Amino acid sequence: MQRFIRVDLVASRAPPAAVGGPLGWMRRNLFSSLANGLTTLLILGLLAWALPIALRFLVLDAVWTGASGDACRPEVAGRPVGACWAFIADKINYLAYGSYPAAERWRPNLAVALLALAAGWMLWLGAPRRDLGALFAFVAFPVCAYLLLAGAPSLGLPSVATGLWGGFLVTMVVAVVGIVVSLPLGILLALGRRSTLPVVRVLSTAFIEFWRGVPLITVLFMANVMLPLFLPGDITVDRLLRPLVGIALFASAYMAEVVRGGLQTVPKGQQEAAAALGLSQAQSLRLVVLPQALKVALPGIVNTIIGLFKDTTLVSIVGISDFIRVLEASRADPRWSAATIPATAYAFAALVYFTVCFGMARYAGFIERRLAAGERR
Amino acid sequence: MPESRKTSLRAVALQILLALAVAGLVYVASTNAAQKLAKQGIVAGFGFLSRNAGFDISQRLIPYAAATSTYLDAFLVGLCNTLLAAALGIVLATLIGFVVGIARLSPNLLARGLASAYVEAVRNVPLLLQLLVWYVAVRVALPSAEAPASLGGAFVSQRGLALPSPDFSGSAWLVPAAFLAGILAIAMLRRRAGIAAETGRPPVRVWLPGLALTILLPGLAWIGLGLAGHPVVLHWPARGPYDVEGGLPILPEFAALVLGLSTYTAAFIAEIVRAGLSSVARGQGEAASALGLSRSQALRLVVVPQAMRAIVPPLTSQYLNVTKNSSLAVLIGYPDLVHVFMGTVLNQTNQAVEVVAITMAVYLTISLATAFLMNLYNRRVTLVER
Repeated sequence: MQRFIRVDLVASRAPPAAVGGPLGWMRRNLFSSLANGLTTLLILGLLAWALPIALRFLVLDAVWTGASGDACRPEVAGRPVGACWAFIADKINYLAYGSYPAAERWRPNLAVALLALAAGWMLWLGAPRRDLGALFAFVAFPVCAYLLLAGAPSLGLPSVATGLWGGFLVTMVVAVVGIVVSLPLGILLALGRRSTLPVVRVLSTAFIEFWRGVPLITVLFMANVMLPLFLPGDITVDRLLRPLVGIALFASAYMAEVVRGGLQTVPKGQQEAAAALGLSQAQSLRLVVLPQALKVALPGIVNTIIGLFKDTTLVSIVGISDFIRVLEASRADPRWSAATIPATAYAFAALVYFTVCFGMARYAGFIERRLAAGERR
Repeated sequence: MPESRKTSLRAVALQILLALAVAGLVYVASTNAAQKLAKQGIVAGFGFLSRNAGFDISQRLIPYAAATSTYLDAFLVGLCNTLLAAALGIVLATLIGFVVGIARLSPNLLARGLASAYVEAVRNVPLLLQLLVWYVAVRVALPSAEAPASLGGAFVSQRGLALPSPDFSGSAWLVPAAFLAGILAIAMLRRRAGIAAETGRPPVRVWLPGLALTILLPGLAWIGLGLAGHPVVLHWPARGPYDVEGGLPILPEFAALVLGLSTYTAAFIAEIVRAGLSSVARGQGEAASALGLSRSQALRLVVVPQAMRAIVPPLTSQYLNVTKNSSLAVLIGYPDLVHVFMGTVLNQTNQAVEVVAITMAVYLTISLATAFLMNLYNRRVTLVER
């Protein structure tokens, strides 16, 4: 009997080169149409032009060691000179601590270690006793850090005037004070804005909208010239404290809006259920509503902290020796005058800020994905 | 006393206490300030605005002279400079931001990668640092002030770009008037196009004829005035002994500020655009391509108009940020409102309270007005569901 139906399978063939394999991948992702192909070629050309320049400047032609600007002058070095990393190496202590006395630099180091502990405790979601962590981060750590940095003669720590603080230390101080003040104050303001009491609501709303409506520079100028005016008698306000007050109030308003967004995501039933269980209003806020709201608001809070960290650079305009100001001062050092010094200084600063901000942004993204895991089934 | 009555009494007492505390704080602060100002011999009030300023401002859009102008004039010059930088920054940031945002969703892998590298790099570095870099870059790229490069009748050097400035006084006012008429024509055409679309009449073209009118009308006015014997006077910049003199100056600080502001904000706008485009249901784009629309047509006619609903509110807050961030101009010495008024005027007059109050009031007004307009817009575009 003749069979007309095939019973055995035909062996599968490899996909045509134009669809599968590296060629097909390139076709799909890089050359799917004429315009796309042209874009690809254009970008490849751009990269071929820019990457070698950047690589040569940052690494290949860079000067790594040297005692003065002479090492970074092409006519002295006898070759084309890129970034002058020797300059950064020479200035690194000044960039980190400003004029903080060298013998006392273990104190800022210890404060940073404590900060790392506090931040780690708060940011690691699975850490034990995070309530203790919050107490440490927002009460114990600020007191310890203040005593360490400013000094306490009664404890055997000689006092160091804030005028000597500088560099990345001041940037960290401004950022940390901003965070430590703005987070609790922002939560209070957010609750106040949602309060049923009209006076509380109006005052909170006015406070938030005022700070959000003006640029930070004007706030810093205001803190500089008006804070001393408002205080009685001859009380003088520390020059570093003035911008700190301004930044803290400014950041609180932004923090309040983020927390308010988090509060809005907590269904009303949660509060009603808490009341039905016999919890007082304060208890239901502390035990039921805020934990849920802050969890949702965490990525937004981290983003606000990133913005705050970038905004700390503005204090250099009102004469505080933060990282940027110290960098500009180092750049003007006649001992280190060479053509590539400005580019080196800015590249270094960009790298420092990028590392910190990008790290925090990745953390915020991680939290966001973790929170979304519940909805993605 | 019933429980609810007790809580409401407590609430009232709390509010009165809070109000009293705030009022007391304001009272103490203001009496302290008044005392200290009186001791320094500063007369409170806004009378200083009519005093002679006596300092020069390097870029001015409105007439200003150190010898005759008042502090009020200086304020207005600074305000115009702020608004100019903000407006130009907003336009450029929107253009770059939309291009980058659309590129982040491109089918081209390299375009996608480059766009996200741009966004990450720019967003995570402080604007202040970027402005410093742009300022140095602009100055390095330009020829020195002693040897300005000439471009036609204009000169460019480290002191800035000097353009020939037309004098629109006298009968020459017709030219700017014709330009405004062209803008008005665009508005009218848009209205007609909207009516035509709603009533099903044939579509009306807006941008080609509108833009042609805005360019042609002033051009005709210019030529006509020349033929009629009242030509528009152009003040040409000229090479002086030390510097380029005359003409309409555009400062390198201005260029650095606008470039820095627009590239920085563009990264944020790109993220907003990307999120807005992703919020439009996938089926919309697929349906558009099923109808035979190309990718650019689908974006332009189907996806972007729907995405705008999600894009516009955060976009306006970015526009406000540009306006507020333009105050960083003080860093590189562009004479904006903060630099002129909170810097020079404050130092000269010591009227700290008044100067700070006026400057903050300007920014607050802009912010609150924008928020109000935004609410109106939101009410108009919100989907009306049955």
